[in-house]
Amino acid sequence: MAEVKSADFKHAAGRALRDEKLQHALDHVMEHFVGARANVIEADFGDESWEAMRTRAAAIKQSTLEHLDYYLDMVDKSVRRNGGHVYFADDAAQANAIVLDIAKRNGVKTVIKSKSMVSEEMGVNHVLEREGIEPVETDLGEYIIQLAGETPFHIIAPAMHKTRQEVSSLFQEWLKTAPTQDIKRLCVYARDALREKFAAADMGISGANFIVAETGTVCLVTNEGNGRMTTSAPRIHVVLAGMEKIVPAIEDLALFLRLLPRSATGQRITSYNTFVGGPRSPSDEDGPEEFHLVFVDNGRLNLLRDEVMREALRCIRCGACLNHCPVYQKVGGHAYGWVYSGPIGAVVTPPMTNMKVARELPYASTLCGKCKDVCPVKIDIPRLLLHLRHKVAEGTAGERSATWMERLFVGQWHGAMRSRRALEGKANLGRLLTRSFARGGKVRRLPFAPMVSGWTASRDFPAPAQKSFARLWREELSHESGSANGTEQR
Amino acid sequence: MKVLRRLGVDVSFPEDQTCCGQIAFNGGFRSHAADVAKHFLDVFENEEQVVVPSGSCASMIKVYYRELFEDDPETLERAQAVGERTRELSDYIVNVVGTSDVGAASEGLVTYHDACHLLRELRIKEAPRSLIGGVQGVELQEMEDSDACCGFGGLFSVKFPEISTAILNEKLKNIAESGASAVVANDCGCLMQIRGAMERRGMNVRAVHLAELLAEDGA
Repeated sequence: MAEVKSADFKHAAGRALRDEKLQHALDHVMEHFVGARANVIEADFGDESWEAMRTRAAAIKQSTLEHLDYYLDMVDKSVRRNGGHVYFADDAAQANAIVLDIAKRNGVKTVIKSKSMVSEEMGVNHVLEREGIEPVETDLGEYIIQLAGETPFHIIAPAMHKTRQEVSSLFQEWLKTAPTQDIKRLCVYARDALREKFAAADMGISGANFIVAETGTVCLVTNEGNGRMTTSAPRIHVVLAGMEKIVPAIEDLALFLRLLPRSATGQRITSYNTFVGGPRSPSDEDGPEEFHLVFVDNGRLNLLRDEVMREALRCIRCGACLNHCPVYQKVGGHAYGWVYSGPIGAVVTPPMTNMKVARELPYASTLCGKCKDVCPVKIDIPRLLLHLRHKVAEGTAGERSATWMERLFVGQWHGAMRSRRALEGKANLGRLLTRSFARGGKVRRLPFAPMVSGWTASRDFPAPAQKSFARLWREELSHESGSANGTEQR
Repeated sequence: MKVLRRLGVDVSFPEDQTCCGQIAFNGGFRSHAADVAKHFLDVFENEEQVVVPSGSCASMIKVYYRELFEDDPETLERAQAVGERTRELSDYIVNVVGTSDVGAASEGLVTYHDACHLLRELRIKEAPRSLIGGVQGVELQEMEDSDACCGFGGLFSVKFPEISTAILNEKLKNIAESGASAVVANDCGCLMQIRGAMERRGMNVRAVHLAELLAEDGA
């Protein structure tokens, strides 16, 4: 499985913040996605009918998840009826073994891949390479980061952090092409290199945007046509997918295919919508001879089993929550330390990988709520983050990882807030202490509190007033209203 | 207090009040939060109407108490009853008292920052704007992305001060570009964040709570 580096979130975020080139790319791309989405939704639907579509999509996905065993069985039957094979892998290692076995059985030397986040979870490329099989990413962004040896920066725009100069150097190094600043030229270089691979590959690996239970159809949404090449040119087609990709009926796609591109890139429809029904039938002229669908759990059951977290599996990986998140807009994707980034990454990474290693992620949000408002399947991301924070603070021994400092702080706060008398006692002490650092009504540095000293690096902290409001009330305000005792007034 | 009294509202301040519990709830410490929230309910349970001058506290009481007490039906019922009687200040003045003119007077261009919880949990967008519009001598000048987070996020600003500051910088830029001489918000957290940075940088813009603006009488 791909390494989990989420424990380093804070430092990685700091590096991203200091990287001017990255900040420029983030500003530019995020603004574009946010604007394009808003424009197309306003032009096509308006808030109300968009809201109704989101509600319906959420309900379809949720009900599929509530009856997942039933739909998994239906997919299994449908795919086998179409002549394909279905596998269930518990984790990345099992899934990799299945893929490797299919490849070895068929003497596969080159594998072409269309974009698949599940394959990123599995780290399947490394596994294939180790066995002497060449994996080639064919989504342009994925191809670029494969050459760079990196992980996706964004769910739908994996190489958005790369400049044309960087892409040109990568192509010079790996494809021996001439340096150029011309993006079209760079695309032609990639196209030439990839065409050869498309023609040579024995096996194609794709993900799935949707899997239709009734028909066993795998639906892929792409802009480059590479998905269609991957699923039709090689002899063998392997689909890697989480079980949450299932929708019950083909009609459901009419809804989801309207929601997904608008939420993701602000497009009405992507350049290619590909529907794969299994291996070629005797009457087909071309298409793969074998079709394999591998369902990869890899921690998804941890989400499914938890009634609160379950809705995270409604996600259709559009990336809208990333694009609208004030934190993602600043720190980008790599800081999150695993495969999924932004708000949805912060939600799924801890339960899918390791609650303790990824403990910072649920806190890496201001809980501003924009993610929830733009989510096409209405995942209440702030609520899920709060649920995870509860686990970090008060969960089982395996989940809990609050530091002694955090516990101490909350314990003190708790003691102070249960009655006014306790509060005033502590507040008076705090007031004295804080005011002693204040100059002219503000505190420029709070040296005694290591947890909060970062705050005053860029901001003044307001020095507490000499008298609390409660005291002011007691001594002055309550008498002004013309009544002797304000608290008894109605 | 001044504003509400000016409107003829009988205001009281139950002296045993402390905190709504949001800080512990957001930290994940729900058992601590529940204790404090119960204290809040004890104090405010018998009040006819509870008015809260901060969007995130109001949303804690109205929205997140439901989550906090989901396994405690008895307290949940109490929390819901208090929640229904709780109003955020601007919502209370505009929609309960029924006025946008509280008799305040000030001067200059004022821009408004939508506090996240006020806007996206409580869906309160127009009330504060109409109150600002009702202040004599003041003109409301919208800033770019007024609904974007200021980067405070409570615990977030303490745990990740660098990211918090980077988000805040965008907000400060939009405030400065609006040309306003004051930014008004309706959440004490946002104001602490915005005011703290503006003072540090010596920006010539005031950060004021809506209640502070409404209490001004032009003198």
